[in-house]
Amino acid sequence: MNKTPLDKTLPLTEVASKLESGMTIGIGGWGSRRKPMALVKEILRSDITDLTVVAFGGPDVGLLARAGRIRKLVYGFVSLDSIPLDPNFTRARERGEIPETSEYDEGMFVAGLRAGANRLSFQPIRAGLGSDVMAMNPDLKTVKSPYDDEEYVAVPGLRLDVSLIHLNRADAAGNGQYLGPDPYFDDLFAMAADTTIMSVEQIVSTDDLTAKAPPQTLLVPRIFVNHVVEAPGGAHFTTCEPDYGRDEEFQKAYVAAAKADPETDNAWIEFEERYL
Amino acid sequence: MTMQTISRADICVAAVSDAFQGSGEVLAHAVGIVPAIGVRLAKATHTPELALSDGEAFMMSEAPPLLKTAAAGGTPEAWVPFRSIFDIVASGRRHSMMGASQIDRHGNQNISSIGDWRQPKRQLIGVRGAPGNTVNHRVDYWVAKHSARVFVDRVDVASGVGNDRAVGTAGRFHDLGVIVTNLAVFGYDDAGLVKVDSIHPGVTPEELQEATGFEIDASNAPLTREPTPDELKIIEAEDPKGLRFKEVP
Repeated sequence: MNKTPLDKTLPLTEVASKLESGMTIGIGGWGSRRKPMALVKEILRSDITDLTVVAFGGPDVGLLARAGRIRKLVYGFVSLDSIPLDPNFTRARERGEIPETSEYDEGMFVAGLRAGANRLSFQPIRAGLGSDVMAMNPDLKTVKSPYDDEEYVAVPGLRLDVSLIHLNRADAAGNGQYLGPDPYFDDLFAMAADTTIMSVEQIVSTDDLTAKAPPQTLLVPRIFVNHVVEAPGGAHFTTCEPDYGRDEEFQKAYVAAAKADPETDNAWIEFEERYL
Repeated sequence: MTMQTISRADICVAAVSDAFQGSGEVLAHAVGIVPAIGVRLAKATHTPELALSDGEAFMMSEAPPLLKTAAAGGTPEAWVPFRSIFDIVASGRRHSMMGASQIDRHGNQNISSIGDWRQPKRQLIGVRGAPGNTVNHRVDYWVAKHSARVFVDRVDVASGVGNDRAVGTAGRFHDLGVIVTNLAVFGYDDAGLVKVDSIHPGVTPEELQEATGFEIDASNAPLTREPTPDELKIIEAEDPKGLRFKEVP
């Protein structure tokens, strides 16, 4: 009998070797909450670019946009929560630095992920009808119900090459556990991706996962996870409840640096150097 | 009897509360300080069956302190993470009061961007849940700073679906209610066009027209009601720090 446990642990420094320019990358979390910032930093430290990024956007999107790594962005919003707008994202959009965008209603975004996770070409939803989401996404089509006179938006399946997610705990085999108030859609991101890289605050034994928390906290099963990265503080400066809350002071510093005029002020360059 | 001047913020809170009268046992979604107090007032008075959210992942039988989540207090009664919220939206058991960066005469709302969306003059937060909310359940709007920049002839991006666009499946559950602002309360006429329901005490019809980028008729508009002494006590208890006066000075 083979008693060698599955070991999918990967050093943080090797994350970029699993990624390539041109990939479609899903990023878990929500706004400025439980974002896999340590993994995003590994992209920023590499020369990986030309990415299609799919996210409920926060500073992950802001940083990648500012660094010019995004070819296409699929999103429902980009926000820092306690600060409504991410100046790096708004700046990139206003300067036309994100070549292609797909702005969806949040529910449509989830429908697209579900379709991707279920290997369906689309999922119908009412959201989007009548709104300018249809105009902003001219490729979007509607579908007539085969049962009655209704017509729905057919949200195309969002299939991802890689998903990056950050959870509180995992075992080395890739069973991921969240301990905060909201799982967000990290399990769905994992299921919609060919490869999932999951960072966690701490890798523990499988026994330890359920020693202090109910089994319902086991959000992401290992069958959807390829690599586990131990990255304490890996969601900083976003929230990772209950391990830590948002570093509001740091987020304010991020916003101030992002807002500085690069013609006259080195604040952003200094921030980037310090941050990376 | 001494006459006390009722603050504009408190008049707005009462107007929000009135908007939720008759909503029934649904999840109240309120964006902004005045709307957050208004739904608490509605639950404490005429609509006790209303379900409140902590703005994070819980429905609360006892609400946490204003603008705080369940972690700061109160009593959760249901777990509603974001994944549940979209299902609740689709079920229709929800009533939203959202903000708006632009609103036009048909009730189209924009929170996405200003200018051409391909390369906007000003990128805002994104359409968020506005398209889905407006085709699934009752939606009201709250505008803390009523101006002709908000009330425009045509929105740049229709995020929330207006009455003119609510046709076919988009119209089946479409239900725009009221727009509460710091100057007035609006509804919609039979043609689906924005109309003045009431004007807040101290605001003249001329001022209101001046601050609105399309034509309105406020000449015969009644005054928005003032909150009762009991309501004022509840408002004060929900917002002892006076956060509402930051939103409506």
